[in-house]
Amino acid sequence: MRNLTTYIILGLTLTFLIGPFIIIIFAGASAGEALAFPPDGLSLKWYLKVFTIESFRDSFLLSMFLAIFGTVTALLLGVPAAYALNRYDLPGAETIRTIVAAPIIVPGIIVGLALLRYLVVPLDFTVTMALFMAHTALVLPYAVRVVSSSLNNLRADMEEAAVLLGCTRMQAFTKVVLPNIRGGVLAAFILGFVTSFNQVPVSLFLSGPGVKTLPIDMLAYMEITYDPSVAALSALLAFMSLTIVFVAERLLGFSRYV
Amino acid sequence: MSDKFVRLSDLTLSYGKTVAVPNLDLDIVEGELIALLGPSGCGKTTTMRAIAGLLTPASGTIEIDGKDVTRLAANKRGIGLVFQSYALFPHLSAFENVAFGLRLQRMPEAEVRSRTQAGIATVGLTGFETRKPAEMSGGQQQRVALARSLVMDPKVLLLDEPLSNLDARLRLEMRSELQRVQKDTGVTMVFVTHDQSEALAMADRIVLMKDGKIEQLGTPSQLYAEPATAFAAEFMGFENIFRVEGENLVSDAGQLPLGFTAKAPMLAWRPGGVQVGHGPFSGRVLASNFAGAHREYVLDSQIGQIKADAPIETVEVPLGHNIEFDLPQSTARPLAA
Repeated sequence: MRNLTTYIILGLTLTFLIGPFIIIIFAGASAGEALAFPPDGLSLKWYLKVFTIESFRDSFLLSMFLAIFGTVTALLLGVPAAYALNRYDLPGAETIRTIVAAPIIVPGIIVGLALLRYLVVPLDFTVTMALFMAHTALVLPYAVRVVSSSLNNLRADMEEAAVLLGCTRMQAFTKVVLPNIRGGVLAAFILGFVTSFNQVPVSLFLSGPGVKTLPIDMLAYMEITYDPSVAALSALLAFMSLTIVFVAERLLGFSRYV
Repeated sequence: MSDKFVRLSDLTLSYGKTVAVPNLDLDIVEGELIALLGPSGCGKTTTMRAIAGLLTPASGTIEIDGKDVTRLAANKRGIGLVFQSYALFPHLSAFENVAFGLRLQRMPEAEVRSRTQAGIATVGLTGFETRKPAEMSGGQQQRVALARSLVMDPKVLLLDEPLSNLDARLRLEMRSELQRVQKDTGVTMVFVTHDQSEALAMADRIVLMKDGKIEQLGTPSQLYAEPATAFAAEFMGFENIFRVEGENLVSDAGQLPLGFTAKAPMLAWRPGGVQVGHGPFSGRVLASNFAGAHREYVLDSQIGQIKADAPIETVEVPLGHNIEFDLPQSTARPLAA
């Protein structure tokens, strides 16, 4: 009896997790003109149409740019921060950790509104610049957290050993610390990339005329055109995320770090 | 050969406001194997870290081979350190671990290879070059750590508790291995340990430390036979240590009349120095343990507990029975207060 309940719960969980994904795949493969499930016949025309929509191409490139460079910037800031928090007995280290984690805790709507009200409007920041800063800040907590946990597993005396063998402190970091936290850094990059790419609420406030991230552009498109191309695009994006995570899991056991 | 190869003068070491080692003076002879011995917190590791340059002294000077290195950075001192945890680089093979320091010197690849290979051969690890640290036993990892320091041709090789992470059999093997390497290379070795049997077995000289100060310095036989203080005596296995007050031997638990006149303020006996079976005193047997060549008794006497070893041929006295004993002048070790 208990066994049956377990299976029912498991089945329901999987249905709710995977169900929408399956619905999206088929809704996008519709032969009809409107977004519907079950689809009105099957065809790949919406999957092909996605690639011909100009604004999707622009917003895809913007989202890619934000995801890649925002995450790289977050790592450039986050790795040294994690190292300093981990290795030195800094005054106020706990406060710094909390501040760094704030973008995860504070609702995206508030972050977006604040950036818009106090950076873009009064300081005349470009929308792209504001988006870049917002995405960097959003990814930073993941960078610090994930890299910190791999630094915790690395004993400090290894760096001392490297110094005694002739390294400067900087060489000890690049030759001994970095190669041993490589997995954590890569995991933080992937996590950051996916988070940034899929991020909606902050970007909602910061997207301006002609400058939209892909998820925002999809929302805007749907308000005007209710055809299955958005479903097709969603399915494609889901496949992209899945592929990244799958490859990462295969190459470095991604789930160990997250 | 310099007998002041490493010279610590009036060295004070502290962590923040806590002084770990106050005003230490110590000369280390070139080519000797010297042990820093003491309980945890005695300042032995702190002293070693200061020699390595990992800790900047609050005051005083460190000279190595005639040069003042007090302010010299750790990576410029030419000192090797084998860490207690070995601190191998997990992402590199045994070969690359050993070659690490040589490569930093921008040495020709052929020389790096030949010196690394020679270093690996010195510690008997030929054939294990491609293994990662995680694929080696503790003993093998330690040999890699040793080779990694040795190939740098260090002026001084420091070893932090080199045997503490090994099992009993490996420990004996590494003891003689370390001595052999030291004799072969002639490198000055300083090793830190809390285990007096290790220090006695391996070192040319022992620095016994307590609370950041040198309690006694001498050869193993000097320290073993002639500990100067109660602390040193306790460390060297004198388990019966008592104060002398006039004609009596006194402890916190009671006293016994002394059969002879002692000039020292304290006297100590090893368990083997206590005469069991006959004598002017009597004690009740609290514990009796077979220890191979002898039997270890714990006796309750008028002066408190006495640890005494009896020859195994003597008849065992059952628990709770009384046994006669003596604390003879011939085996008494006089101690300073």
